[in-house]
Amino acid sequence: MADQGMIDIENLSITFGRGSRKNHVVRGIDVSVRQGECFGLVGESGCGKSTVLGAIAGRVKEWSGRIAIGGEQLDPARRSQAQRRRQQMVFQDPFGSLHPRHTIGRILTEPLSINRLDDQDGRVDRALEQVGLPKRFRFRFPHQLSGGQRQRVAIARALILEPEILLLDEPTSALDVSIQAEILNLLKDLRQRSGLTYVLVSHDMAVVAHLCDRIAVMKDGQLVEVASRQDMIAGDVTHPYTQMLREGSLGYRPQGVPQTA
Amino acid sequence: MHDQAPLLSVRNLTVSFPSLHASVPAVRNVTFDVGKEKVGIIGESGSGKSTTGRALMRLLPKSTRITADRLDFQGEAVLSLSDRRMREIRGHSMAMILQDPKYSLNPVMTVGEQIAETVILHEKLSRKLARERTLQMLESVHIRDPQRVMGLYPHEVSGGMGQRIMISMMLITKPALIIADEPTSALDVSVRQQVLSVLDELVTANDMGLVFISHDLNLVRSFCDRVIIMYAGRVVEELAASELDNATHPYTRGLLEALPSLTHPKDRLAVLKRDPTWVEA
Repeated sequence: MADQGMIDIENLSITFGRGSRKNHVVRGIDVSVRQGECFGLVGESGCGKSTVLGAIAGRVKEWSGRIAIGGEQLDPARRSQAQRRRQQMVFQDPFGSLHPRHTIGRILTEPLSINRLDDQDGRVDRALEQVGLPKRFRFRFPHQLSGGQRQRVAIARALILEPEILLLDEPTSALDVSIQAEILNLLKDLRQRSGLTYVLVSHDMAVVAHLCDRIAVMKDGQLVEVASRQDMIAGDVTHPYTQMLREGSLGYRPQGVPQTA
Repeated sequence: MHDQAPLLSVRNLTVSFPSLHASVPAVRNVTFDVGKEKVGIIGESGSGKSTTGRALMRLLPKSTRITADRLDFQGEAVLSLSDRRMREIRGHSMAMILQDPKYSLNPVMTVGEQIAETVILHEKLSRKLARERTLQMLESVHIRDPQRVMGLYPHEVSGGMGQRIMISMMLITKPALIIADEPTSALDVSVRQQVLSVLDELVTANDMGLVFISHDLNLVRSFCDRVIIMYAGRVVEELAASELDNATHPYTRGLLEALPSLTHPKDRLAVLKRDPTWVEA
């Protein structure tokens, strides 16, 4: 594609291991995400959706192909500090992704120190305010917070570096329905306020359709279909795998059982 | 939908976990009946839905205090039965399917041995007969090559197959009541449909009662006949699954409105406002 997006991915391929233990996880993906867009990536476990996110974030270094963020081409092996700061990640499990022996204040200050930013106190206060947590929470430990509050801290940690892209890896699947609604509303508000670009990975079609403008369906390391939000809601999708995922999220339908061994 | 004498009848079930300082009630005055039907119990984490399921089978630690005006299963008062009688009931006429086959199957026994063990213990079958029953059972959960699968260990099978193996183990004695605690939450969408179809087929064919514990509103609505909604250890509402959209309790309404939906997209999700009186009422 000639026109430039926020994230441009061409022929991305990711392989782990060598020789007989080689595992080809992502097999040639082309994606372009516009600035301010929310792009969803759905698929079942093991399809490679989190690995794609890892490659954009710089966590996965074994990729080939082309990834460009804001027109700037990335090197798989190394990135500059400024390149790393442009995209931040929020993980699935708010219990495992926060250091249990660090206070919220320390957790939020760490990325600031790494990037040598000034006004650390002010930035921590503002980040907590952005995600709707009281300022006094900076003195607490993660175990003193609920799951939803912890996920807000994880979002605050991602926002504190003022990134252009937020990479969300199943941000609500460990949360109860009522808490999920709060986090989804927060994510929607943040995007409207600051024009962030989102890439959301999820297995829940309803969550993805709620938040995203475009939805890519992934299977065995390849994209089988990219549909708009309207098409996904209307059921106007062509690939049978997409249809299956869509129907699965609507609940149980009695059907004949295919035999599998 | 109710039979004259329900399979399971629960009146004012209360379960509390005593600690040094206080006794924390996890389930409070829960009342419901289960006949030959599919009953869903919905609730968020900590609502007491799993504790209720385990109390029905007396699978809670010894120190737990379980009281009830009535907890009758097929006419027997579960709470006053001897441990010996309870062991006869568990796995024979009342069985439980757990969430994750990875952790619930014995890793050092082959799948076939584990399934056969149930009928050898409860029906005193010979090994040969038990083996035949196991083969039949694996076929009825739509496993294509039961001979081969019987010799496998749990780590050699996929999640969906593991869950079907657990279903075969629990249904091989044709129990009257099955308690399924989040049986498909660890599974992918495509596999979930298959596992549910298998469960549906067997429960209907054998005239069993099913208690289906889940946090997934859409799933319970489409799979079960009746729904019980729990909040903070209490039953706040009970209604037919098809009537869920007409729920009246503010908590149930709040849950429904907080759910993102493919068919009825909304711009903003309603945030549940918890009312302290729900706990008391």
